[in-house]
Amino acid sequence: MLLRHTSSEVKAREGLTINPAKTCQPIGAMYAALGIHGCLPHSHGSQGCCSYHRSTLTRHYKEPVMAATSSFTEGASVFGGQSNLLASIETIFSVYEPDIIAVHSTCLSETIGDDLQQITKKAKDDGKIPEGKYVIYASTPSFIGSHITGYANMVTGMAEQFSESTGEKKNQVNVVAGWMEPSDMREIKRLSKELDVKIVLFPDTSDVLDAPQSGKHVFYPKGGTTVAELKSTGDSLSTLALGCVSAEPAAIALEKKHKVPFETIDMPIGLTATDRFIMALSKAGGVSVPDEITAERGRLVDVIADMEQYLHGKKVALFGDPDQLIPLTEFLLDLNMKPIHIVSGTPGQRFEKRMRQILDERSPETNFKNGLQADMFLLHQWMKNEPVDLLIGNTYGKYMARDEDIPFIRFGFPILDRIGHSYFPNVGYSGGLRLVEKILSALMDRQDRDALEEKFELVM
Amino acid sequence: MEANRIYPDPAQVREELIQKYPVKVAKKRAKSIIINDPETIPEVQANVRTVPGIITQRGCSYAGCKGVVLGPTRDIVNITHGPIGCSFYSWLTRRNQTRTESLKDENYIPYCFSTDMQEENIVFGGEKKLKVAIQEAYDLFHPKSIAIFSTCPVGLIGDDVHAAAKEMREKFGDCNVFGFSCEGYRGVSQSAGHHIANNGVFKHMVGRDNTPSEGKFKLNLLGEYNIGGDAFEIERIFEKAGLTLVSSFSGNSTVAQIENAHTADLNVILCHRSINYMGDMMETKYGIPWMKVNFVGAESSAKSLRKIAEYFGDAELKARIEAVIAEEMPRVKAVIDEIRPRTEGKTAMLFVGGSRAHHYQDLFSELGMTTVAAGYEFAHRDDYEGRNVLSSIKVDADSKNIEELKVTADPVLYNPRKSEAELEALREKGLEINGYEGMMKQMTKKSLVVDDLSHYESEKLIEIYKPDIFCAGIKEKYVVQKMGVPLKQLHSYDYGGPYTGFEGAVNFYRDIDRMVGNPVWKLIKAPWEKQGAELEASYVTQ
Repeated sequence: MLLRHTSSEVKAREGLTINPAKTCQPIGAMYAALGIHGCLPHSHGSQGCCSYHRSTLTRHYKEPVMAATSSFTEGASVFGGQSNLLASIETIFSVYEPDIIAVHSTCLSETIGDDLQQITKKAKDDGKIPEGKYVIYASTPSFIGSHITGYANMVTGMAEQFSESTGEKKNQVNVVAGWMEPSDMREIKRLSKELDVKIVLFPDTSDVLDAPQSGKHVFYPKGGTTVAELKSTGDSLSTLALGCVSAEPAAIALEKKHKVPFETIDMPIGLTATDRFIMALSKAGGVSVPDEITAERGRLVDVIADMEQYLHGKKVALFGDPDQLIPLTEFLLDLNMKPIHIVSGTPGQRFEKRMRQILDERSPETNFKNGLQADMFLLHQWMKNEPVDLLIGNTYGKYMARDEDIPFIRFGFPILDRIGHSYFPNVGYSGGLRLVEKILSALMDRQDRDALEEKFELVM
Repeated sequence: MEANRIYPDPAQVREELIQKYPVKVAKKRAKSIIINDPETIPEVQANVRTVPGIITQRGCSYAGCKGVVLGPTRDIVNITHGPIGCSFYSWLTRRNQTRTESLKDENYIPYCFSTDMQEENIVFGGEKKLKVAIQEAYDLFHPKSIAIFSTCPVGLIGDDVHAAAKEMREKFGDCNVFGFSCEGYRGVSQSAGHHIANNGVFKHMVGRDNTPSEGKFKLNLLGEYNIGGDAFEIERIFEKAGLTLVSSFSGNSTVAQIENAHTADLNVILCHRSINYMGDMMETKYGIPWMKVNFVGAESSAKSLRKIAEYFGDAELKARIEAVIAEEMPRVKAVIDEIRPRTEGKTAMLFVGGSRAHHYQDLFSELGMTTVAAGYEFAHRDDYEGRNVLSSIKVDADSKNIEELKVTADPVLYNPRKSEAELEALREKGLEINGYEGMMKQMTKKSLVVDDLSHYESEKLIEIYKPDIFCAGIKEKYVVQKMGVPLKQLHSYDYGGPYTGFEGAVNFYRDIDRMVGNPVWKLIKAPWEKQGAELEASYVTQ
């Protein structure tokens, strides 16, 4: 037993988090910034922050993750980090030559009160930012929210600091990607093309964190939303935010700054959430849905109908990030499965409200908690009290799955021990198909493994 | 053996590495890029601040303390006091294996404990929440020990983790609670955290249990963290050789072993950088000499075993160790004979850690491979140049902030295991008693030594030298591989190992053989991208 000290007796905790279902803001900001073309993320804090974030993202993507750090020492922590950041900006532009530096703060620089807006302004005034280059920033204190908050803050920073309006509307729709994989972003772009709606997707980590092996290390890979695209977001017809927690804040920023109207929808994971995405995008672009997309949808429904006997009533425990858990929970209910235990470490009432909307009617008995102490330890205890047939979550779930001997599907962040997430999407109808295939394979492999010899089936 | 190729002029390489830097940065970096001469070892600038903005391999003090030194302990509830991130990133990522005797034994390694500090804790202080967390951990698990690790904000807002630990320790009575001020901003790298960890373990753990340990040849293994099962292999060899391992700092360790460590008669040190403080402090307080050994490499393992036998000076032990070596070596030799024709003459670069960049050169030379450039991520000058430079190392502001414990001989327990004359005689025989000769003495003349290698420098080095393999960590892994050069991770071993001892050597040879000979590196170019692959007429009219 790997988690041998986890008992089934649930006691309320107020101080101790055990096996968190979240991590801290800066890593989200770093990930988001990698979705701008030609951008070097910069961590304004101790070296350890940058090292940890790069390591975790690298393990998740098995790709280069380049980012710099202000390398705080005790002196900087006492006297303020301004000189470290100014020196960083100078060094980075001369050595690594990015078009953009995206600075995010850390708990260290936030605790001592470094003001990124003021420091970047000073860098500009002092001539440390070369002509045509940019430094953007986001405040991402680790002691508020989670990695999802940090992602949202950096994406909001992009929208606020790059967007311009020329007064002339462009025939395009902004799509703010909530925290999703490069494969998902690629799929969103494909679906938009299929629909014939011109979109500006930001951030966009496809062709950045799934770069090809070419024999060369391309420091700034060809992917990422360009500065020109980000600037143009102020002229777009409207904005579609994919996720109320990680994407909506950027859409709100664009509305505030340039009066670009927005609509927030769930991340298009599963059937009905993808339906809403397709409807929203076709409405925003003023187009009708082409037959090919209807056919894609039909294939997903077909598989669900064909295989419903293996899905229905199966109990699922899941943990992860709000914007993914919301549509995933809904999808599991569409599959006639029972998501009975759900935790997310990311705090916030938006998530809770949306989950209630989904769960109250169709699964009011579900155990569900988010925010402080909504951790994997609690989830595991719930699982001991009411066992499940399937666990869905990031790689850390494998310890619970092994101890409880239940099938496990890796979903979310981080996935440290398998590949696939950066190449094959979870969003859209094809993503739904992939999820159903994974769920069926996990459950049916288990049925095959456990079947009595006389009950072992050839055809299923 | 020298590889059969022409190396570039190292002086020119150095110029090329720094030419793109701003003047001040170039000047600073130049002092850390050194052309080696094993006869008269030049000075290397090490353990100094990384230039802000430079993409460095380095981490922080917390990573060195909680991640490296205390991370492998299984029966301490290690609570990170801070916002959630630090605990999350150090959760199971260092592959410290551990093996309990039964399911009843404590093992908290798969767990992550944090106080998950929130804004109000930053504003109003986090001590109260910390004490609640300690109480909850105690109530839930009743562990033997609870350790607290401070992250950056903790020191800045003035939370006194030591006072909180003391209060809870006294309250519980049966649980040793202690804290570490290992905030990430302390020092210039993980190294500060190693020192802080050594101090804490020495103060709060070592010497708590004076029960005499059993065994004739009793030693502690210092600076071995059981990554990929390294300690298991060393334990296997020790057992076979009749050596009694009293405790390990800290791979596959238990609290009870560490508390009893001072009853051993010898400390052998693997990772000098991370644990030499412990060796020194135990020598001063208890009279236990320490000796630098290396169990990475088959020859090095044999040599280290012989040194241990020499230290104990027992004929029977010597004979048994010779028998162990004689039994283990043929298997190793057979694999070398098979693989070496494929690896002979190939080149390696190692930029990692604070001792690994040195130790692993032994394995490469056993394969006939040459290390053309090497350097550490967080070492000090003594790890490069040898401990005889210790007195000439300038103590700067960053090092001064790390506490030096004032240790004196224990009035009761101090017992010099060897007289000064005996130690001198052992040194004469080549034993590194309380000493370490460093990495550079072993490297060839004109090889390049670079401390705290930056990303930019690593790409340049690869372009210039085109090594057959590059050794570093996860952050460098895929960058280097995108350049078509295999990268061996020497922190995580690419999830393989063990690499210590005789079995480990065989594992390493096979891994390197597989990596440098992998056909994938020849598949990078598509047929239509290859030179001369012009499109030919694709059909013929008849």
